[in-house]
Amino acid sequence: MFGSQVFGRLLEGAATTVQVTALAVLLGTVLALIGGVVGLSPSPWARALVRIYVETFRGVSAIILLFWVFYALPIMLNLFLSPLHAGVLALGTNMGAYGTELVRGGIKAVPRGQSEAATALNMTGWQRLRHIVLPQAVVTMLPPYGNLVIEVLKSSSLVSLIALNDLMRRAQSLRINGAASTPEIFLGVFILYGAMAGVLTLLVRAAERRFGRGMDIGRLARIVK
Amino acid sequence: MPELDPKSGPSPMVRLEGVTKSFGDNVVLNNLDLDVAAGENVVIVGPSGSGKTTILRVIMTLDQPERGRVWVGGDYLYHERRGNDLVKASQNHMRKVRGQVSMVFQHFNLFPHLTALDNVAIGPQRVLGLPKAEARRRAMELLERVALDLQANQSPDQLSGGQKQRVAIARALAMNPKVMLFDEVTSALDPELVGEVLNVLRELATSSDMTMLIVTHEMGFAREIADRVLMFDEGRIVEEGKPDDIFRRPTQERTRSFLQAILHH
Amino acid sequence: MTSELRAQGVPQGVWDWDFALEILPQLLRGLVVTVQATLMGIVVAMVLGLVLALARRSRRRLISWPVGAAVEFVRSTPLLAQLFFLFFVLPEFGIVLSPFLIGVLGLGIHYGCYTSESYRAGIESVPRGQWEAAVALNMAPATKWRRIVLPQAIPTVIPALGNYLVAMFKEAPLLSTVTVLELLAASRNIQSVSFRGMEPFTLAGLLFLAVSLPASVLVRYLERRYGYARA
Repeated sequence: MFGSQVFGRLLEGAATTVQVTALAVLLGTVLALIGGVVGLSPSPWARALVRIYVETFRGVSAIILLFWVFYALPIMLNLFLSPLHAGVLALGTNMGAYGTELVRGGIKAVPRGQSEAATALNMTGWQRLRHIVLPQAVVTMLPPYGNLVIEVLKSSSLVSLIALNDLMRRAQSLRINGAASTPEIFLGVFILYGAMAGVLTLLVRAAERRFGRGMDIGRLARIVK
Repeated sequence: MPELDPKSGPSPMVRLEGVTKSFGDNVVLNNLDLDVAAGENVVIVGPSGSGKTTILRVIMTLDQPERGRVWVGGDYLYHERRGNDLVKASQNHMRKVRGQVSMVFQHFNLFPHLTALDNVAIGPQRVLGLPKAEARRRAMELLERVALDLQANQSPDQLSGGQKQRVAIARALAMNPKVMLFDEVTSALDPELVGEVLNVLRELATSSDMTMLIVTHEMGFAREIADRVLMFDEGRIVEEGKPDDIFRRPTQERTRSFLQAILHH
Repeated sequence: MTSELRAQGVPQGVWDWDFALEILPQLLRGLVVTVQATLMGIVVAMVLGLVLALARRSRRRLISWPVGAAVEFVRSTPLLAQLFFLFFVLPEFGIVLSPFLIGVLGLGIHYGCYTSESYRAGIESVPRGQWEAAVALNMAPATKWRRIVLPQAIPTVIPALGNYLVAMFKEAPLLSTVTVLELLAASRNIQSVSFRGMEPFTLAGLLFLAVSLPASVLVRYLERRYGYARA
């Protein structure tokens, strides 16, 4: 069918895709956790700041953000940004904006009695969050979080447009070089993206099982949308 | 009332001075004054929505009063001294004073992601700073005391209501409190499970020198273990006295009608 | 030196207001195309979504199974790949379409797969009793759908459709990669010709926010009004 050479090149591209996705997800998760927690702070300034971040980075699409980060930001900050830096920065901040709402929702869904019991044990706010609230919030957050991660995987294909050699760009060069027919190349592309998405889905389900021990998932799933 | 001074002689373990708390238009605690002596077992009864639970929640800092002062075991809870004045307390100060109080809730509020043992151990480990092994040892002793040592490694969803509440009591005891608050701890239980929880409470009331404030509908139990009974309604103490006096010779009409309703249904 | 260059019309500094104003009309024209593609795309997605939802509910496994697999497949792979696929592969099968139409098709198919889930949730939210009543009244299937089920299912789907409309608008700039002259294409053109990236991309972002933020507010209002179909 298609030579192993062609598939091999595509696999190399897929490796870059995985790298970009992983780094962007890392950045996005950190931003979402910070944003989600700060967004529940009693200070109206903090909440407003998070609001602005969320609305702005959700409102501009990932692709426009990507181009802005790659072409405009370096000028503004007088800084060099490689395609990889720009891709991770743009995709990560974009994911963080969506993730913030997720974290906020997950934390709010933890019953009030839980943080009251933690207060009764004289825990500080941070201890409450870290030991009692977040572990429970994670269970409800995982399914939509998994969807978000798959969205980042798909959006990672955009970095091909700023000359990063990911799966999409490899496919393009193979097509231009005539190494294989276009339908063959795209078959490989779709299979690889589908496979990566499938692996991610399995990972999220495993995480759901591990974190959901001892918790009534059905009840929780009905509380949060 | 004169201000209490941490350095002066014996003072009440818990004191509420002119405490007022409203939720919107609803005045739940109305200029409340209350003294509880060290080691005293006080039972608070009254109709639903009368604010009994709020008294406990104010002492546990779950609800903050708009007016008034709260004193627990040696210092003010919501205020601290600066020179000759009383100012609003810092978080640190509040936590220091609050650390003497523990609470058991009507709906247990056990941590579902932890085993029974870890539920009891987490307070000593994370808040009191005990090493993990020692915290777990202390937790195991307490679980034995409430007859749940065999269930130590089960998670809360595997326990019955009565068992959950006993774990909750053990969890509260693990913090070595001077004051324990019990908010209708048997109201959410099936009738056949109430007894096992009351047994634990009875043991605590009679054997320890802990100060206990108990909100309950279990009148028989109240009569048995209370040093003092408070009848609470519409934000105020309607009547208070020894259990026998309240239950057999209530002087207030409201007390009488409440007891009628609850004892004869 | 800078003032001489500026006098000759060469933009200077990190941000040049004159340049920004100069390129604005071109960007606005591109924005119009982006919006057009989005609106046409949502129409395709709405129709296709309903068709797919009905197909997936079909009792004939031969229909429901492949359709289900295809929908999952489209949802798990990037829109960019799907657009390129349509752009490069369709001509090989003799189908020649304008880039704009290819873009609209690509958007419509991709989001049609998402909306089909919303339709399914909406249809499934219609209480069992309604279906049974239709059977008891001996209604023909078409009538049952037209008069009983869809009128109850559709309102719950509206907020989800609104959400997808906004999401589609955010992905519409991908059409620039298949040579559609919309907003992002305009910005990239300006950048490659003038070597200035600051103004074109910042303005593109601001114009984008100017459309997507009010649209999001509108969608949130729809959510409150019509409830939420859990997909």
